[in-house]
Amino acid sequence: MTNEALRELAEYVSERMPDAVRATSITNGELTVEISASEAATFIEFLKSDRSCSFSTLVDITAVDWPERDRRFDVVWHFLSMYQNHRIRVKAAVREDDIVPSIVETHPSAGWYEREVYDMFGIIFSGNPDLRRILTDYGFRGHPLRKDFPTTGYTEVRFDDELKRVVYEPVKLVQEYRQFDFMSPWEGADYILPGDEKAEEKA
Amino acid sequence: MGVMTGPNTAGADREVTTQALNRQLQDKGFLVTSTEDLINWARTGSLHWMTFGLACCAVEMMHTSMPRYDAERFGIAPRATPRQSDVMIVAGTLTNKMAPALRKVYDQMPEPRYVISMGSCANGGGYYHYSYSVVRGCDRIVPVDLYVPGCPPTAEALLYGILQLQRKIRREGTITR
Repeated sequence: MTNEALRELAEYVSERMPDAVRATSITNGELTVEISASEAATFIEFLKSDRSCSFSTLVDITAVDWPERDRRFDVVWHFLSMYQNHRIRVKAAVREDDIVPSIVETHPSAGWYEREVYDMFGIIFSGNPDLRRILTDYGFRGHPLRKDFPTTGYTEVRFDDELKRVVYEPVKLVQEYRQFDFMSPWEGADYILPGDEKAEEKA
Repeated sequence: MGVMTGPNTAGADREVTTQALNRQLQDKGFLVTSTEDLINWARTGSLHWMTFGLACCAVEMMHTSMPRYDAERFGIAPRATPRQSDVMIVAGTLTNKMAPALRKVYDQMPEPRYVISMGSCANGGGYYHYSYSVVRGCDRIVPVDLYVPGCPPTAEALLYGILQLQRKIRREGTITR
């Protein structure tokens, strides 16, 4: 897909849906359209039904957490058009307490993707008929892919010989979790390496 | 094949033992042994394993039962039901959500039952040791008899592990409860 064709598609989409589209960008030969979250359902319905878009296949729904941002999550949809042979990425920034409209009406396959995003990030989709957790344990606490979620979680399991069942307990690590520093000094670490201060004294 | 210079590690000549046994059998028409030995012989010779394949280790477990390594020549064969199996091979990452199911399957196995923990994840969480969703070793859920290290262990390694389990049964196996 040439950049020219992508630019045309971007222009067409922003012309037809000016209320929804906030920005478009083309990077690495891929088109990204940023929309406002409240318009997601109507915009994606448009993408599917419009003859020159025909994005009939939902490839993926996922999200990204940017904890330093005010609207901390990016919900991301990927679509493929089998008819026009082009792809599109749709992004919407949402707050932690925002509710995103579900697209199960347009794409029934979105149901489980939305459940997964809800499970991993805690983003609520309105209109999804069965918005339960899908991957994590029953009665799981927290949303694992949020940046402020501790990697080791809160509970661990063990079989209790007296109770004769699997019990949940707070995590107790035998060896503390180790943070490895993978940034090599040759690639320009943006912090002072141990021992560096001595070199400066000499010079 | 290199030339063996050390002491003989191949053990007794099985052919000779078998022939000696056969001669005895033809001569007298019967063999004398202890019940315990007989039962242990039967137990080691028909270990049906409960396939508890959870991840990539399961593929190596399948290789073990395939014709190249041919576990059935040792009387070891996969059995998909816990009620008719003697040993459970936990092959792969055991997650918190799966743990009660694993225990339930283990509880359904008849005595005597054995557990082989296969691969790093089942041994101690392995790569996922610090994960929020993985059990840090399947010995937290079921008593393990034998650990096979590796990520994943090769089919030979698992086969060796099963032979070691047979040895363990032969050495410690008893009919007392």
